[in-house]
Amino acid sequence: MPAEGSLASILARHRRDRTRLIDILREVQAKNGHISPEAAAEIAAGLGLSTVEVEGAATFYHFFSARPAGTYAVYLNDNIVSVMKGRAAVASAFEKAAGCRFGETTPDGRIGLYRTSCIGMNDQEPAALINGVVFTKLTPAKVKLIVEGMNAGMNVRAMIAATGDGANAAKLVRAMVKNNIRKEGPVILASFRSGAAVKKAVKITPEGVIAEVKKANLLGRGGAGFPTGLKWEFCRREKGENHYVVCNADEGEPGTFKDRVILTERPHLLFEGMTVAGYAVGARKGLLYLRGEYAYLAPYLESLLAGLRKKNLLGKRIAGKAGFSFDIEIKLGAGAYVCGEESALLQSAQGERGEPRDRPPFPVQSGFLFQPTTVNNVETLCAAARIIEKGADWFKAMGTPRSAGTKVLSVSGDCKKPGVYEVPFGLTVRRLLEMAGGPDAQAVQIGGPSGACISRGQLERAIAFEDLATGGSIIVIGPGRDLFEVIRNFMEFFVEESCGWCVPCRAGNPLLLRKLEKIMSGKGTPADIIEIESWGRIIKAMSRCGLGQTSPNPILTTIQNFREMYESKVERGRDFLPEFDLAEAVKEASAVTGQVFAASDTEQSHE
Amino acid sequence: MSKPKARISFTVDGKKCSAAPGQTILQAAKDNGIYIPALCRWEGFKPAGACRVCTVRVGGRYMAACTQPVTDGMAVENDVPDLQDMRKALIEMLFVEGNHMCPTCEKSGNCELQALAYRFLMLVPRFPFQFPARRVEPAGKKILLEHNRCIKCLRCVRGVRTRDNKAVFGTLRRSRDKKISVDQVLASALTDKQARQAMDRCPVGSILKKEVGFAVPIGRRKYDKEPIGSDVEKARG
Ligand SMILES: Cc1cc2nc3c(=O)[nH]c(=O)nc-3n(C[C@H](O)[C@H](O)[C@H](O)COP(=O)(O)O)c2cc1C
Ligand code: SF4
Ligand code: SF4
Repeated sequence: MPAEGSLASILARHRRDRTRLIDILREVQAKNGHISPEAAAEIAAGLGLSTVEVEGAATFYHFFSARPAGTYAVYLNDNIVSVMKGRAAVASAFEKAAGCRFGETTPDGRIGLYRTSCIGMNDQEPAALINGVVFTKLTPAKVKLIVEGMNAGMNVRAMIAATGDGANAAKLVRAMVKNNIRKEGPVILASFRSGAAVKKAVKITPEGVIAEVKKANLLGRGGAGFPTGLKWEFCRREKGENHYVVCNADEGEPGTFKDRVILTERPHLLFEGMTVAGYAVGARKGLLYLRGEYAYLAPYLESLLAGLRKKNLLGKRIAGKAGFSFDIEIKLGAGAYVCGEESALLQSAQGERGEPRDRPPFPVQSGFLFQPTTVNNVETLCAAARIIEKGADWFKAMGTPRSAGTKVLSVSGDCKKPGVYEVPFGLTVRRLLEMAGGPDAQAVQIGGPSGACISRGQLERAIAFEDLATGGSIIVIGPGRDLFEVIRNFMEFFVEESCGWCVPCRAGNPLLLRKLEKIMSGKGTPADIIEIESWGRIIKAMSRCGLGQTSPNPILTTIQNFREMYESKVERGRDFLPEFDLAEAVKEASAVTGQVFAASDTEQSHE
Repeated sequence: MSKPKARISFTVDGKKCSAAPGQTILQAAKDNGIYIPALCRWEGFKPAGACRVCTVRVGGRYMAACTQPVTDGMAVENDVPDLQDMRKALIEMLFVEGNHMCPTCEKSGNCELQALAYRFLMLVPRFPFQFPARRVEPAGKKILLEHNRCIKCLRCVRGVRTRDNKAVFGTLRRSRDKKISVDQVLASALTDKQARQAMDRCPVGSILKKEVGFAVPIGRRKYDKEPIGSDVEKARG
């Protein structure tokens, strides 16, 4: 028997199963604080892979590192709302107190400081993860205490001042996270009695369940809005050894956190939705792909699953239905926005780098382990369970004719009441801003960076698939904010999160960012606006997956809706301005040689 | 024996073509004598859809011709000015993303990136050069990896495998930091023939077999004689 906690025992526990590579890497990272070249080689040998394949997966995800990440690895969120709420001061407080810069560890290897993309806490920023434990509403004073705690060798969990509300305070969670539920709607956030949906589902046929979901006109809540009933029907019809239900709980779009609240407060509704889906498509297994940032919820969710098995709501002969077996496994991610894209998620769930697949074949044909799979968002599955519980007609009575039901929105940014709002489709942005206490917004980002930035003139537009479709991220940008900084933050996000597979997204987004910065610096011309738009269109058209196909949106939608802002930044009547200041660039050389370039040397030829 | 399925008909820029069911747009176009430019594709490897140079338009939607199957009645747009310009932009992106000093390159004249740049009449990229700091690395005993030139087409990752089907090449990191790497042990065990093959399949001068760089002089290499794609187009006559 290999020694407890040794690499050999980790490999044995995962049955040397190559598809469990990410699970194995998570354990090794947690135990050793990094994945050393020696560990990578040993894992490779154990799984029958080449070392470079293991290194490839290990270097793909934010939360794995080849060098020791620090006894305490601090990941500070760098999304725009964190910036709005004082990230800069918090970051420098960390650097000052710890005595190292971001991207480094302290010389003794105790503390490592890193930046990371949105961690799903936009309503309580600035926030950070320290060894997987969430810290919210950070201030320089709190940072000082945290660093003192780390230097004293304290347990990270013991550094939490107080736990949040609801299940955040549960023994297996004990997180300082707050739910901030501002409006409970009837579909998702209303209370739910375990068994209410599954017991009804097994009384009708799987086809009957699909018909009810189709009748309800449920459209996917993950962003793309594909009809859920139809997806289940396609999946059911496909032949395969096994069928799978995968719940997409990657929730990586900056500014969304509603799935986190659902997972915390309505997990039974979600599990029931997955079980109903399993019944409908003929699956015996479901996976909950939970983003690595939400790993703190995993032990709690595991305990609930165990309870459901005891109550015969999971396992064999569920609710007494002969021949219906279904169980749910939790799969954790490790920090990669692109893993929310369904085919990248499937790759990640089967132990690979989170790189999207080519389609066709679609997941319903060839999904998890290349078997027929329905991938659905957390909220979609909850809504499906509720439809079975209460009926399609009840559901369709809410919302608009084309967008039935409600939508759970994550509202953050410059508003008095950030948090989660479950509202009927069709609600205007103006009404939402009133509810959230941000009526004087200069701009509202709908659907996160990949969505659209709208101006005050468009506040009468409605949240609905037929108007402003959104996965639920709403970022309020108040008066006085520099909108360019918001756009830059979003573009940096896409540059960072591109999986790097295809040329337009990998090579094109850095070029867009650079062009944007040229315009922001005041060195742009009207031609730069034309060029950046044209480059953005090329990237959208040519990219392989939804990430690249939407990555230029922060620029394109603001040029469309805030054109005057761009025009005021560029110099009219000029065709060309150099991107850099020659005099500035050669300053050092000038000082040495005594030769002076006047700034006008580079410009006068155009006068 | 299942009965042979009927051929499907489709058009490329209005020209009538036919295909076997299941063929990709790229294969089918080639069989009909129509050249769709592509960079990451290699006959016999699983298509990667990585370079996107083969992107075509069907009913207003963009798709990679190397991965998209032909369907009956499909009307494919290929050689149209706006699409050709977007493809050219991808070639230009690759030139500014790496460091491509053609006159000093072992592959010049045999390089598919260079050949496509000529075919697209690229003069100066519309994008600013990024001049990334990249290195040359030994990859096992037989080859060098010239990262300045790598375009991440993944041919090496897809195609170079050991007898027990382990990948010799792999990718590290992501985004613009993505980088090709090898398993040093497996790469050292490559035969001379395999190393040679890896170099020949690399579309650019990124995989170099040690000691043979300039065996064929510049000027007498493949694309020094005729433009890339000529073979396909000649077949159509
Ligand atoms: C870059 C990218 C990220 C995505 N992230 C998520 C996500 O975090 N959660 C989600 O449910 N869907 C996400 N999606 C959409 C999924 O690909 C997929 O459409 C969705 O999970 C399907 O579920 P639904 O039909 O229930 O909406 C993402 C798509 C892209 C392109
Ligand atoms: S669009 Fe971006 S994220 Fe999607 S496959 Fe291409 S490089 Fe990867
Ligand atoms: S080394 Fe050559 S074959 Fe491999 S990805 Fe780079 S360019 Fe392609």
